[in-house]
Amino acid sequence: MNQKYMLPLAGVVLLFLLAYAGVEGAGLQWFFGIVIPYLAVIAFIWGFVNRVMGWADSAVPFRIPTTCGQEKSLPWIKQNRIDNPDTAWGVFIRMVLEIFLFRSLFRNTKAAFHRDENNRLSYSWEIFLWLGALAFHYAFLVTAVRHLRFFMEPVPWCLKALEYMDGIVQLGLPNIFMSGLVLLAAALFLLARRIFDAKVSYISLAADYFPLFLIIGIAVTGIAMRYFTKVDVVGVKEFTMGIVTFQPVIPAGVGPLFYAHLFMVSVLIVYFPMSKLMHMGGIFLSPTRNMANNTRAKRHVNPWNYAVDVHTYEQYEDHFRDKMIEAGLPVDKKE
Amino acid sequence: MSKNAIIAGLVVFVATALFPFWFNIGGSNAAPEIELSERAKAARYCVLEKYDMRAEHMSLLDEWRDSVVRDADRLYKGTNGKSFNMSLSTGEDSCLGCHTDKEKFCDRCHNFVSVAPYCWECHTTPEEVTR
Repeated sequence: MNQKYMLPLAGVVLLFLLAYAGVEGAGLQWFFGIVIPYLAVIAFIWGFVNRVMGWADSAVPFRIPTTCGQEKSLPWIKQNRIDNPDTAWGVFIRMVLEIFLFRSLFRNTKAAFHRDENNRLSYSWEIFLWLGALAFHYAFLVTAVRHLRFFMEPVPWCLKALEYMDGIVQLGLPNIFMSGLVLLAAALFLLARRIFDAKVSYISLAADYFPLFLIIGIAVTGIAMRYFTKVDVVGVKEFTMGIVTFQPVIPAGVGPLFYAHLFMVSVLIVYFPMSKLMHMGGIFLSPTRNMANNTRAKRHVNPWNYAVDVHTYEQYEDHFRDKMIEAGLPVDKKE
Repeated sequence: MSKNAIIAGLVVFVATALFPFWFNIGGSNAAPEIELSERAKAARYCVLEKYDMRAEHMSLLDEWRDSVVRDADRLYKGTNGKSFNMSLSTGEDSCLGCHTDKEKFCDRCHNFVSVAPYCWECHTTPEEVTR
């Protein structure tokens, strides 16, 4: 037990209960279904743009790419064009691999003491964080894209194809969507890592647990609605289409679980811009990744350099010539 | 990264994030209307209550399939005290026996929410048989 995760957990449970009780007990469908989601979208867009514009304003005067391979050098030395790029194209490839495959995380290592009389510290390759992160992000992406079926009428063939592939195991009715289960499993794995790995636990804060609990809550309510408690999907789509066409309706027969799901999603997107989840935008702006290592080939002038009043040697000598000659020091010009 | 590139990226992001809103400009929130056959209208009841039926029918059909195929049990006792023959498409006493028009009853909602049930990979509708 640890307050760093007990507080966020209690927070998420409270948020869930707030929406559930608000709808079931107080009949506040219009509040949790219409007011909050609109405000959440505004807060998300405003917050996201603000945060990124703040980053855009900050100075990046130097080339500071992390170099993970041979720099461009003499013609007979083979350069690592991706891990130490000197061209925009190399940087592009590096960024694509980073964004889509989390390449730097792939190199994750863990430090541990040998459990023998030497007690030697050694580093080993640790791939599970990378695997869990990849599963989590792609499952989340597929789940989010899948939800577009609630926001498009008619539903285009590409979404149907995605749903077909996602449900291709054809288990049960309604079909199991693999993405939802992988999302939940991966989020639970990432949570377990923070709780049970002592070294990770030590550096984990409430801000690390809160989004995990929130996403787990969203996944659990979503899965519950689809497979267990069931929800009137036609009513749900009526509702979502009402939101996006600005003609909001509260359909009959859609239960509080749906509003709890929606409320947690709203909280997630409001929380997004002010949290570590902004790595979504930040990954594009990592100066250690998105810059070419070409400092030896190209001169980069600090953009806020101003004209400095310099005092050259000639001026110095002009100033002190008499004294220098008097003291017997060598001078360039005798007169 | 240059500020212009960042702003261009932001514009793309905001446009993507707000996709559901601009895509549906001029759209409507109308859900499809299903048409009940005369017989269904006259009966005034189904296997479950209306909203339960809307939400649960796929699970019910899944259970029915197991019951019929594995246990050869075709009798379903509904919570409303009535008994039903467990069959999707065979005869008068089946789902499609009462809801005769698949296109106007099943497909309208399924298409609306992008559900492609695999019922029809094995079952045929009575109309298809007579055609």
